[in-house]
Amino acid sequence: MAGPNLGVKEHSHGGELPISKLDVHGSFDVDAFPVPTGREEEWRFTPLRRLRGLHDGRDIKDGVVSVEVTAPEGVTHETAASGDPRLGTTFLPTDRVSALAFRDFGTFGGATVVTVAKDAQVAEPAYIKVTGENQGDAYGHILVRAEAHSKATVVLEYAGEAVYADNVEFIVEDGAELTVISLQDWGRDAVHVGHHYTKVGRDARFKSFVITLGGDLVRMSPKVGYTAPGGDAELHGLYFTGDGQHHEHRSLIDHNVSHTRSRVEYKGALSGEGAHGVWIGDVIIGEGTEGTDSYEYNRNLALTDGTRVDSVPNLEIFTGEVEGAGHASASGRLDEIHLFYLRSRGIPEDEARRLVIRGYFAELIGRIDVPELRERIMAEVEEKLAEHE
Amino acid sequence: MTKFEIRGVRADVLIGADERQEILKGVDLTIDSGQTHAIMGPNGSGKSTLAYAIAGHPKYEITAGEVLLDGENVLEMSVDERARAGLFLAMQYPVEVPGVSMSNFLRSSVTAVRGEAPKLRQFSKELQGTMKDLSIEASFAARGVNEGFSGGEKKRHEILQLELLKPKMAILDETDSGLDVDALKVVSEGINRAKANSDVGIMLITHYTRILNYVKPDFVHVFADGRIAESGGPELADRLENEGYERFVKAGAEQ
Ligand SMILES: Nc1ncnc2c1ncn2[C@@H]1O[C@H](COP(=O)(O)OP(=O)(O)OP(=O)(O)O)[C@@H](O)[C@H]1O
Ligand SMILES: [Mg+2]
Repeated sequence: MAGPNLGVKEHSHGGELPISKLDVHGSFDVDAFPVPTGREEEWRFTPLRRLRGLHDGRDIKDGVVSVEVTAPEGVTHETAASGDPRLGTTFLPTDRVSALAFRDFGTFGGATVVTVAKDAQVAEPAYIKVTGENQGDAYGHILVRAEAHSKATVVLEYAGEAVYADNVEFIVEDGAELTVISLQDWGRDAVHVGHHYTKVGRDARFKSFVITLGGDLVRMSPKVGYTAPGGDAELHGLYFTGDGQHHEHRSLIDHNVSHTRSRVEYKGALSGEGAHGVWIGDVIIGEGTEGTDSYEYNRNLALTDGTRVDSVPNLEIFTGEVEGAGHASASGRLDEIHLFYLRSRGIPEDEARRLVIRGYFAELIGRIDVPELRERIMAEVEEKLAEHE
Repeated sequence: MTKFEIRGVRADVLIGADERQEILKGVDLTIDSGQTHAIMGPNGSGKSTLAYAIAGHPKYEITAGEVLLDGENVLEMSVDERARAGLFLAMQYPVEVPGVSMSNFLRSSVTAVRGEAPKLRQFSKELQGTMKDLSIEASFAARGVNEGFSGGEKKRHEILQLELLKPKMAILDETDSGLDVDALKVVSEGINRAKANSDVGIMLITHYTRILNYVKPDFVHVFADGRIAESGGPELADRLENEGYERFVKAGAEQ
């Protein structure tokens, strides 16, 4: 496991802006990004071969993906064509796959736009279900806008087989509260490279749960920036990586304005030969900002031999006026003292192991306030656990 | 009628990959059912080591001797088998197991020890009643095992488990430490209930005579430098309270 990179720089005076190496300049032009070779910092953990060409942008678009939206009252949805001015306002693609997906999503029925009306307090979650019909190349785009002072939960669900890349924009307007649950429940052969681009408004709250269970290779890059002070972002993540699966999560929180808060907590379990988990947690605390409060945490549980974890927190601070900034990363096996305690109360070893592993996941899953989803995710975790018992 | 025998037990603490240190240097002690034996002794003399080693803690290894519960060698059993055979250890520092709810844990534990799952309604009644007796709020059942509990709350839950699991032999390692006066009384009453409701033998490790005013010992042993240095009746506890352990520590150092 790599250690943290801590770049702490002095407030600069000479007029030259400190450049964060995390803040890569983006572009909508696919050709602005050379085809990755695997030596680049942002690609070095990803087995490019298993992207099935998604990163080089061959002109193959043979995938069939359906998007189905179920929206409760207070939430509307529509389809927008490529070129719609509402799309692409929150980001510039920072890698080739993201640029490619933005260029080509129009071929696949356009973008899905979901809007939570101003002031609407929506208790029922809205569902966006993305289903791949075959193992072919496909691109997507989703825009979720929570208008001012609204409150809603959006569930994004990926299933089936595909070689898929998409950009998902979340706009949380002033005073709004948006909870997103992104469930990567792909079939065993699917490939998915996804980007979440979030803008958090004044006193707005964004909470995401990125849950990755399926696929052959899933690489998710949730990015958060703020448009005004008072914004709060909580990123929770959970992955259960089985035999031969590659699950990669790369979060970037850009504290570009003052008085913003972020929490990143990703937990993974790895089980079986060749299971590979990657977590990269980037946090930038921008120059001239004050009152940032940020903490990120990654924990990995290796349930068998033959698994691999790369866990790298990166914290770059360009100001002295920070309220709190910390990170922690730990990877290891089941705690034998936990097992000892349970077993000392008569609980047999295999049951004690199950209890501790369940507990590890239950802690995070318990925070999802959609009971139906909680149960489903727990059931899928149980199913994956059963494979190795 | 149960007999619990510790015979010539020596044990090491496993410090690192190739590092170990002998802590127990030949412990002999026999406890019959219904009896309460208090073990007192200076810090670091090996009292917890004895308790943990008997329970099968992975950080300790027994290198010589045997521990018999009704003639059966406990040391040949796995940790959970020992518990199912009727051995119980209330730990000095109970372990936090995040995410595993107390109620789920207790149900699994009771099921394992009793050999069959208790009827749900009956069990929740039993659990609620016992919690109430120990002044534990009902909301604790939904919390993670010992997760974020205060020191005193952890100790109460150890006694809750003692009462639910009804062991033949219970080792209570400093269950009285860190308890305020009221909690000490509540916990002592729990131990006395366990004694009254069964024939449990008790090894009570403590530094203070105040718990012995509630839980009356039949025997008191002084533990020093990895072995029992002296045994006597309840009056020995008062003597230790007045004189301290100086005489035993010196004796240990001279050897
Ligand atoms: N992991 C360890 N590494 C090194 N030494 C250890 C370790 N665990 C225990 N010991 C040592 O073993 C000795 C006995 O410790 P033990 O906890 O059994 O004492 P105790 O009699 O219970 O003390 P106390 O009254 O303070 O609870 C101590 O000297 C302690 O430092
Ligand atoms: Mg001790």
